[in-house]
Amino acid sequence: MTATADGTRSPAAPPAARTRHRAALVLWAAGVALVLAMLAGVWVGALPLPPGAVVATLADRALAPLGVDVGGGLEGTGAAVLLQLRLPRVVLAALVGAGLAVAGAAYQGVFRNPLADPYLLGAAAGAGLGATLVIAYAPGTSLGPVGVVPLAAFAGALLGVGSALALGTAAGGSHGPTLLLAGVAVASFLAAAQTLVQQQNTDDLREVYGWLLGQLGRAQWSDVLLVLPYLGVACVVLLLCGRALDVLAVGDDEARSLGVHPGRMRLLVIVAASLATASAVAVSGLIGFVGLVVPHIARRLVGGSNARVLPAALLTGGAFLVVADLVARVVLAPAELPIGVVTAFVGAPFFAGLLWLGARRR
Amino acid sequence: MSTPGAGGARVEVLGLSAAFGRTRVLEDVRLAVEPGGWTAVIGPNGSGKSTLLRSVLGFHPHEGMVRVDGVPTTGMPRRERARQLAYAPQRPVVPEGVSTADYVALGRTPHRSLLAAPRPGDHRVVAEVMGRLELTGLADRLVTTLSGGEQQRAVLARALAQQPRVLLLDEPTAALDLGHAQQVLDLVDRLRRQDGLTVLSTLHDLSLAGQYADRLALLSAGRVVAEGRPADVLTADALASHYGARAEVVAGPHGPAVLPLRAPDGDRG
Repeated sequence: MTATADGTRSPAAPPAARTRHRAALVLWAAGVALVLAMLAGVWVGALPLPPGAVVATLADRALAPLGVDVGGGLEGTGAAVLLQLRLPRVVLAALVGAGLAVAGAAYQGVFRNPLADPYLLGAAAGAGLGATLVIAYAPGTSLGPVGVVPLAAFAGALLGVGSALALGTAAGGSHGPTLLLAGVAVASFLAAAQTLVQQQNTDDLREVYGWLLGQLGRAQWSDVLLVLPYLGVACVVLLLCGRALDVLAVGDDEARSLGVHPGRMRLLVIVAASLATASAVAVSGLIGFVGLVVPHIARRLVGGSNARVLPAALLTGGAFLVVADLVARVVLAPAELPIGVVTAFVGAPFFAGLLWLGARRR
Repeated sequence: MSTPGAGGARVEVLGLSAAFGRTRVLEDVRLAVEPGGWTAVIGPNGSGKSTLLRSVLGFHPHEGMVRVDGVPTTGMPRRERARQLAYAPQRPVVPEGVSTADYVALGRTPHRSLLAAPRPGDHRVVAEVMGRLELTGLADRLVTTLSGGEQQRAVLARALAQQPRVLLLDEPTAALDLGHAQQVLDLVDRLRRQDGLTVLSTLHDLSLAGQYADRLALLSAGRVVAEGRPADVLTADALASHYGARAEVVAGPHGPAVLPLRAPDGDRG
């Protein structure tokens, strides 16, 4: 046992302070990585845009309301590609990645289960059913500027999680395996319904399949505006719940003895995480892997405290998905890979390496 | 070596009854612990010891009343109650991937908003408590990697970081060998003498209960059947009728100890 050796050590700086400094450093690094990834995301593509001109254009547009004019920006086609195609796509990738990662971290914290991911409670199956129904029976319809597919997917995801929550709480409360099993039941049912609809409309198979694999290729500013309010509120709530999740991690009785109501807190976190998931899924389809693995990466970087894991997962998830989307666009250009394939193809070996390194360090 | 705080509080349990579904587990329990006193609840398995503690904390639905310095705990805001009563369960949940320092710091939760970051005062209390419990050198270690005795100290440190007036300990020595059990109980005794903390604990080891607590409450089938100084409660008769045990009670220097006896030769197969 190393306890005696450790016990006699008298550290110069309080160890807890060192951990906090390290976490702050990681958060800054992740923030910088996100910005760099987003810049790379708008530079690279079929029409390469010069980095300097991109930055100048963005600065010009950002400062225009203040009456400041920045020269040297892009014009014509270049400006249109940047502002109407690349920028909304990169922003959406960052939002979706951040939302899925922070939701996954929250689910893992609240269920105390490292295998939990944002699709656990039927959000994915519900969204899939909603999207498939619309693609099959009401193709091409839209409500104003917004396509009806994201709306249906959003509604489906909320329906899925809502049913799982209603079933789970009616059957035994918001904790432990009951809610997880309710999620499994609801997800299987909705997935079966989705398959049924899909089989009866084989003409739309390709489009449905494309949606299920996840895609950001048709991202528009309207998509960003559609999800931003929900995603923003949900992410803020989750970030504020980090400390409460740390308290919940010591068990319900001890959380109560520390003055926290475990049931209410869990419900708040689950609802916020599900809202983030539903918004992300609505505009991007089912992108796997981000919500499961990015939280683990964040945990390895900043330690186990949810107050630090949630912001780290948010930033890392955003950066990760922007890079994955970049890869999806360039490897088979001009064709595009489904981004869900890239996240798993790039992410799985990366995570395996991280696991291996972690095992060697012990 | 001082933890600010108002010292121990008087705890009164008045006519407390509780049930699991339709099974009554506690029946009209009456109990009072003086400020700075240590009452150990003893009793056979299933007599309701843990449920009594959980009811006093308000975790288990119950009838009757619990008062801390005369103030009923029902209706007390949950954070206020958490500043009065700290709890260490029999089997603490040890969270994954959390350092000992972060774990102990959870004890500061009732002293600030859930949204607020720890303040310098919080760090100071945590550092002081960890120093007192000789955990400073383990601050960076994950709680999951600590030994059983170290974990029990970490749980106590978290409870003390709450700066409570009453410590409720459910079988604080359940997972420990004799030496570590004595260390933990010595520590609790020192803390209560230095800070005047009131301690209400369950203890299944009767000899330890007799040596350390200044009062014992014997719980049997959900009722307090004897309450008083250890020498008055721990008797061979009480052990025979409530535990179905053959034992001799020996007077020790700090209180009675229990010596279990084998069945007479004729009764053994």
